[in-house]
Amino acid sequence: MNQLLKLTEINFSYHTLSGETKVLNNVSFEVNSNEFVGIIGPSGSGKSTILSLIFGLLVPDEGEVQMNNQTSVGYMLQKDHLLEWRSVYKNITLGLEINKQLTNEKEELIEQMLSDYGLSGFKDAKPSQLSGGMRQRAALIRTLALQPDLLLLDEPFSSLDYQTRLSVADDIFSILRKEGKSAIMVTHDLSEALSFCDRIIVLSKRPGTIKKNVPIVFSIDNKTPLAARNAPEFRKYFNLLWGELNVSE
Amino acid sequence: MCPNNANLTQEEFIAYYKKKKVMITFYRILIFIVFFGVWELTTQLKIIDSFIFSSPSRIIKTFISMTGDGSIFYHVGITLAETILSFFLVLLLGILIAIVLWWNSSVASVIEPYLVVLNSLPKTALAPILIVWLGNNVKTIIVCAISLAIFTTIINLYNSFTNVEEDKILLIKTLGGHKKDILLKVILPSSFSAIVSSIKVNIGLCLVGVIIGAGVK
Repeated sequence: MNQLLKLTEINFSYHTLSGETKVLNNVSFEVNSNEFVGIIGPSGSGKSTILSLIFGLLVPDEGEVQMNNQTSVGYMLQKDHLLEWRSVYKNITLGLEINKQLTNEKEELIEQMLSDYGLSGFKDAKPSQLSGGMRQRAALIRTLALQPDLLLLDEPFSSLDYQTRLSVADDIFSILRKEGKSAIMVTHDLSEALSFCDRIIVLSKRPGTIKKNVPIVFSIDNKTPLAARNAPEFRKYFNLLWGELNVSE
Repeated sequence: MCPNNANLTQEEFIAYYKKKKVMITFYRILIFIVFFGVWELTTQLKIIDSFIFSSPSRIIKTFISMTGDGSIFYHVGITLAETILSFFLVLLLGILIAIVLWWNSSVASVIEPYLVVLNSLPKTALAPILIVWLGNNVKTIIVCAISLAIFTTIINLYNSFTNVEEDKILLIKTLGGHKKDILLKVILPSSFSAIVSSIKVNIGLCLVGVIIGAGVK
């Protein structure tokens, strides 16, 4: 496995007039290609900040974010944020439009993804006509249209109801696996992280430091998030990570 | 009688609804007739002076005579043209200045108190001074109309620009967009309704401004 991303001794603080808040303290980890890494931790531990630093929206005070030159990064937010005044298709092409990459080839790619992920009949629909799960899939296609190698997922399912959430997690998992992507998923849902990821990083409470970096291996074939929830090791990992999270409280 | 009565049949409901509509139209017309009737009557009876207050019959006579020699169309045309010109200038300047303020929040912070003060100026009272400054011409009328509408337009549009959801702006950034993309893809489209409502208010305000300008002139 070749290394895609490396964070070295990252320190980061937010500044306001009332003072400085240190959110990340000496955070180092790596992500390999085709790997799904989960980041869990109590709220305020700097999970989302790590994603912003990787994407370059924020710059670390100290330390380094190193990335393979060819690696392109996609970012998926908690909510879909589909723009209501654009059709579903126009929403999906938004990133390409901004980056002036809207070629015939890309349009074919989008058509393919639309039909693969059950949205081809809704190209010209308004976002409000879609269900929560469909909206999230449309948002995923919008991100994937830019053909990123590494996806940053910031609580990507938390705005969905439980049932939709399980099935959308399954959908998105298989989509990302099929397209050979890597992902970093931030979540506060332990079982979601556990079912989705190959490795889980546990952050302490603020300022966040890495408490544990746990590879997750299930003894099942054709892992999907739903199947993983029934794997014999699921409970063992759950208790281990649950213990880690609560020690850090 | 009462439309909320549970035993009311559909026919009765429709009849009640129609009756109510007729009543509303009746009272509207009644107010119109009473207002103009009293106006006409009091001037006829010399209770009020028709030279100062004019009267409906005088207005109609003037309208007919001006229609006869065609001068009414000339005057209406000029007022209309001035209104439309100042309206477009207000819209254009308002949007441009609001964009500049949104683009540079430091400029906005510096300018904001001045905008509030300028907006609370009694612009109508400034009309005679404008004539002294700019001369007795169309320029004065246009400036008068613009000064009436421009400040609220800037303030309203700027507010709408800055109230756009932060996450939508973040979305554009996560798609690799810059400030220009944020403006074109999110800020302007989501402020569409604010722009439309300022259009509605401004067309009226510009007409008022033009009439004040022309009146002083």
